[in-house]
Amino acid sequence: MSTPPAPQSGSAQPMLAQPMLEVRDLHAYYGKSHILHGVHLDVRQGEIVSLLGRNGVGRSTTIKAVMGMVDCRGSVKFRGAELVGLKAFEVAHRGLGYVPENRDIFPTLTVRQNLLLGQKGTRQSGRWKMDDMFELFPRLRERADTEAGVLSGGEQQMLTLCRTLMGDPELVMIDEPTEGLAPKIVEQVARLFEEIRKRGVSILLVEQKLAIALDISERLYVMGHGRIVFEGRPSDVRGNAAMRKEWLEV
Amino acid sequence: MEFFLVQLLNGISYGLLLFMLSSGLTIVFSLMGVLNFAHASFYMLGAYFAYQVSTVLGFWAGLVVAPLLVGLVGMAVERYGLRQVHKHGHVAELLFTFGLAYLIEEAVHLIWGRSALEYRVPPELDGPIFQIMGSPYPMYRTFMMLVSVAMLVSIWLALTRTRIGLVIQAALSHPETVEALGHNVPRVFMLVFGGGAALAGLAGVIGGAAFVTDPGMAVSVGPIVFVIVVVGGMGSLAGAFVASLLIGCLQNFSISLDWSLAGLFSWFGWMVGPDTPLWSLWNVKLSQAAPVLPYLLMVLMLIFRPKGLMGTREG
Repeated sequence: MSTPPAPQSGSAQPMLAQPMLEVRDLHAYYGKSHILHGVHLDVRQGEIVSLLGRNGVGRSTTIKAVMGMVDCRGSVKFRGAELVGLKAFEVAHRGLGYVPENRDIFPTLTVRQNLLLGQKGTRQSGRWKMDDMFELFPRLRERADTEAGVLSGGEQQMLTLCRTLMGDPELVMIDEPTEGLAPKIVEQVARLFEEIRKRGVSILLVEQKLAIALDISERLYVMGHGRIVFEGRPSDVRGNAAMRKEWLEV
Repeated sequence: MEFFLVQLLNGISYGLLLFMLSSGLTIVFSLMGVLNFAHASFYMLGAYFAYQVSTVLGFWAGLVVAPLLVGLVGMAVERYGLRQVHKHGHVAELLFTFGLAYLIEEAVHLIWGRSALEYRVPPELDGPIFQIMGSPYPMYRTFMMLVSVAMLVSIWLALTRTRIGLVIQAALSHPETVEALGHNVPRVFMLVFGGGAALAGLAGVIGGAAFVTDPGMAVSVGPIVFVIVVVGGMGSLAGAFVASLLIGCLQNFSISLDWSLAGLFSWFGWMVGPDTPLWSLWNVKLSQAAPVLPYLLMVLMLIFRPKGLMGTREG
């Protein structure tokens, strides 16, 4: 077994506050297959961090493992408290939100009911109210009492994002939010990310479209073969054609 | 006409009772993927618990207490049995519930013996309630219908109007996502399993008094409940409702009709007699074939429409 390549660093990191999320030496398994081989990453308060890489390198598995949805070992600390071993609903109650890749809205429930299920308790509290969602995406207000199953792909994506925000997470992990969306919707989604950051919520984003990730992220990690192979700022990624060719371009 | 109305009412009351049983089975299946072979055993436990309570506190106390007790047993089975077996896959779960059905039956033998119990309709519900074209209709059958309809409306309200109902509906499509939103899905599974068991228990309380309370009652009703779930469509509550009424009516009408294929042939002018090949088959009366009809319906359904009347999944 070869030793894992040490992540290349784009530039020296400035000293910042203690990370909100610290992932250390995270290994994850699907049955007997070993998917993650010791992932390290940090997300700080109010930061947008992207996790890049080709399909199948373990990006989605990383955020699922953080969320407690996949068998894993290693350490995941959120605000200093260990998450490994907790169930997904317990992780959610600690303040992490997860937006799944496959837009799994609840098709037989209305848009409003989908949003209500995002709330962890019966009372609406925290940064996001249903009206905020309707203001950000007026289309959802128009369709509030429609069954979510009949929404278009773009509308379903907005709904999954808003549904997770209704639970008032402090860090939201979003899997491939712009995949298959029309450019106009992608713009709306990017605007929502700005709004999320403005309200002090951090984002860990798994994104295929390099342009978007470079545009909105403060820092980026690149994954290959179940490990982090590069970390840096957007300028470091732009300036490193060899790394892009090796780990990102198809 | 009078015969038709009475049989129709009997069919509906029996069908509603079957729905109380099949609704729990189908919800548990669609939510947890567990085909619970022990579901009819909860029906039997309902009747036995109700009998036990009724000997001390009377029928009405049994009607309330027995389903709650069965619900608690169901929750314990999920929490301490199924949940542990779950990680070994659906076959292990199936075998677990299969074994559980035998365990419950043997426990009933040990505690209450092998013969039927004296668990009867209470005197205040005995006797006719109204006349249909001159023939009396039993009050207890009407009571069965009322309880079933009240239960049906309660389930519907609970599923559509309460937060836990929304969580259950959402978990039907994406349990993992529901859990990631912060809902305790394992607890929801336990409550749903317990709720399904309690419904089966309630059916046992009222069915045991109407029919018979003996250790064979689970085996006699269990296969029919599976037929309903298959015919209605695995996991479809509306399908289970339609199939319950259909099978309830089918069974009630068929046992009281002496139609045969020979009769049908003679209607078309084809005379068949004892000399005709396969005469014994043509001469079978519908009433004689009645017990087989639900299974025939299930086999035909699996061949021609494997997803059932209203099911969403193929096969």
